[in-house]
Order: sequence, then structure tokens, then C-alpha cells
Amino acid sequence: MSVSKYWREIPHRYRLEAGKCEKCGNIYFPKRLVCGECGNSKFKSIHLDRQGKLISYTVIHVAPSKFYSQAPYAVGVVELKDGVRLLAQIADCDLKKIKTGMPLRVEFRRVSEEGDAGIINYGYKCVPV
Amino acid sequence: MARDVAIIGVGLSKWGELWEQSLRDIYVEAALAAIKDAGVDKIDSMYVGNMSAGLFTGQEHLASLMADYLGVASIPSARVESACASGGLAVKMGYMEVALGMSDVVLVGGVEKMTDVGTDEATFALATAADQDYEVYQGITFPGLYAMMARAHMEKYGTTREQLAHVAVKNHEHGSMNPVAQYPQKITVENVINSVMIADPLRILDCSPITDGAAAIILCPVELAKKISKKPPVKIIGLGHATDSIALHSRKDLTSLPATAKAAKAAYKMAKVNIDKIDLVEVHDCFTIAEIIVIEELGIVKKGKGGSAAESGMTRLGGKIPVNTSGGLKSKGHPVGATGVAQVVEIVKQLRGEAGPRQVKNARIGMTQNMGGSGGSTVVHIMEVA
Repeated sequence: MSVSKYWREIPHRYRLEAGKCEKCGNIYFPKRLVCGECGNSKFKSIHLDRQGKLISYTVIHVAPSKFYSQAPYAVGVVELKDGVRLLAQIADCDLKKIKTGMPLRVEFRRVSEEGDAGIINYGYKCVPV
Repeated sequence: MARDVAIIGVGLSKWGELWEQSLRDIYVEAALAAIKDAGVDKIDSMYVGNMSAGLFTGQEHLASLMADYLGVASIPSARVESACASGGLAVKMGYMEVALGMSDVVLVGGVEKMTDVGTDEATFALATAADQDYEVYQGITFPGLYAMMARAHMEKYGTTREQLAHVAVKNHEHGSMNPVAQYPQKITVENVINSVMIADPLRILDCSPITDGAAAIILCPVELAKKISKKPPVKIIGLGHATDSIALHSRKDLTSLPATAKAAKAAYKMAKVNIDKIDLVEVHDCFTIAEIIVIEELGIVKKGKGGSAAESGMTRLGGKIPVNTSGGLKSKGHPVGATGVAQVVEIVKQLRGEAGPRQVKNARIGMTQNMGGSGGSTVVHIMEVA
């Protein structure tokens, strides 16, 4: 991954920055230029609530090459307290004990590595509360 | 005033792991078969459905390459992409070309050559149909996305692991009657639920395979078709096309595919038919759960009732409304850019009465549903013998 491609997503991935529509209040993660609900183009920058719950999940057994060493690992759709949904790995838990609806917290984590000499990709993962 | 559009020729290449044939070989093979079937001596323009020849083979600029190798260079030709719905979208473009009077005889082809790269690279190429920055970055795969839809459906509606398996069993049973099918073997529910785990709860036999293959159709105005076609022309009477967020997590309900519902609604309206009038359907069963949710969105069964359809025999050949008589993506194979065109090929063969042992009796109206990614795009066509 090029440095610029990685760097420009840092506000989202490291700090959970999102855009809140100043007209209708809809929140977008990542930020957008126009609101799909009301058409407004003015947004306030906010930080997402890090608390949420699990909507659905899977355990990946056959992983993409960047994630080989992590398999099996869980990935889920998580709904945060402010209503925003994101997709993230569910870490630090027994894969057999994961349940839909369980409370989770978003944490800053190492996500993947680009081979022996490539950059380390950081971002967010979810952990049980 | 738009012209009515008919399909007068269909053709397929061989489907499978075609190590001896290149991307252009398989495309031209399907295109020549369609031209021969139609009995036309010229084509005026061409649309090529293809998802990712660039990543699968390193080749772009397919529209001109294929026109050249088909021996028709100089005609207008365009490549169309909408992930796994590229083929269906190419059919729509061909329809518009004829309906608007831009061309009389149009070839619509779809092609994907997926085995020139290894499984890792193919998985990467397919994953570009998902949100690279906010889905793929986290380590999700396509089986993983559909697995989350499957779990949500199971928990919300009580759909069972066995019911998912029945979709694969049915489609392999259909595929066993299709000479082009990549995996024509019949399988059992036990085979499916004991196969290798890919993304819980989906196992390898819940997933469509990696396939090399091409499909092609010839379109022309109905009036012209009646003059030149030796076989019964098949008229496109309905067309619907819709989009949705490509990120699964951006959708409110993981158990629904709103783009499919919307595209189907538009197609029914244009065709002035409802689901009760439709004799058979080819749907995008990239994973077993996909067929279950899609038949709900098409109105074949009520929301949440898709799980029992394959098991009860309702969607089997001989059932109330056969789904995926070709074997579907599951058994016939899924060369992504070709799939949407190949679905139309199956419906045309059925409506002409040319489907052999898998023929649906007295088939008059058929429908296709072709879907991109985890439901980010859908194209629906409804066809009737002209």
C-alpha cells in the first residue's frame, strides 16, 4: 500500500473520526462530501462512540494472504452507540463464546502486515467489554 | 419511441479450468457460437461484460481486443463493469443500444478468465467488489460477508444449516443435467455440512467455484427477428437495475438485498407481470444463502421463508417455480463477468424448448437476477417467447 493511501485514512482508522450532517444529524463513517439522507453538504467532524454491540459475525478459516497467520479469526458487523455500523475483527476472546448482541468496545490495534519488509497496517478491532 | 428487443442467438464457451485457452479464446468461442446460433452474417456493435481481466490476467481494453479477435474490429464496442453483475449490465446496455435504434444487430458477451492467477490473487481480485478501505482492510472475504448474512438470517428467521445445504444439493442436481457445468456431480446434505469450513457458517460446498468461461447473446429489434430468426425469438419484456452501498455494514438489515427488490419491482412493472406469471428463474447463487435471500426479494416466497424452498422441492425442477435449472453459479460455475449473460442463455434455451433433460415444461416467461458484490448492484431481466 502506498504511503498516501495509508496516510489519508488515518483520521478514520486511528481516531474514529466521522462526519455528522449539520442538517439532519446523520453520521457518516468514513466522512463523505454529501449527505445521502438530506443532500446537505455541511458536516461537523466528530469522534464515534467506542461502545457498541455485535450485529452479526463470522469466523474466517480461509483467510486472504495478508491474514494467513491470524486464521481462524472473527469478523463482525458492529453497531456503535451513536447508531453507526462498522466492520471489524473481534479480538481477545474465545471464538466459541462470541454471540450476536454481545457488547463490544472499539480499540486501536495492529490489523495486518505487508510481508517482511512492508508497512504495518494499524486500525481498529473490537474486544468484548 | 423505443423499439422492442429480441434475443435471436445464444452461445457458451466451455466452462471450467481451461488451461489451454486464453481470455480472448474463450470470449471468441462463445461469441462465434452465438453468431452461428442466430444465423446472422454481421454484427453492428458489441458490449463486453467483464469484472476484472486486469487483475485476473493483466489485460484491459477488452472491448477492442475482443472486437479484433472476433474479426469485427471497427465496430463500436464497450466493456461494462459492475463486479459480478457485469454480464447482466452488459445485457442491459445491449438492450438500450437496440431499443434506441443505435444498432440493429448487437452482440453482448461476458467473460472471465480466473485461473491464470493463483487462489490468493483470485481472492484478492474478487474482493475488489467489496469496500477495499473499510471491509477488505479488516480481513474480511466474500464468503465471510455472505456468512454474516447467513448467520443474521438464521438467527432472525430460524433458517437452518441443513436448509442452506439443500440449495447446493438442488443446484448440483440441476447441474448434473447441464453438459457445460463445471461441477456436475450430485451432492448430499451430509457432503455440504461436512465439507471444509471457509467462513463460519459457510463451508466450501456453500460457495460457487472459480471458473474460466464466456457467454454471448445476439440482440436485434423484434421486427427484424421475426424476419431473419430461424428459431423462436425471445423478447426482453422487463428490465430492472438498482444499486446499494457496496459495504455490507452500511445496510440497515443484513437479511435483505434492497437492490434486488428494487430491480425486480422495476422489471415486473415494465413487463406488466407479477411473479405468479413467471415459469422459471436464474438467480445469483454465489453462496447458498444468496439464493435464499434473493428468492425472498423477488417475491417467490415471503420474507424469511426462503430457507425451506429448496428443501420442499418448490424451487426444484418439476416444482412450482424452478430456480437455477442451469445448475446456477454453484454447479455450473461462476466466471464472474460471464455469469449474467449465461443466465440469459439458460432462459432462452428453456423458452425455446432446447434445455434437454432439465427442460421446464411449457416454459413461456423466464427471469434472471444477476448481483454484484454483497448486493451493491443488481440487474433483473424478464423474457418471453416473442
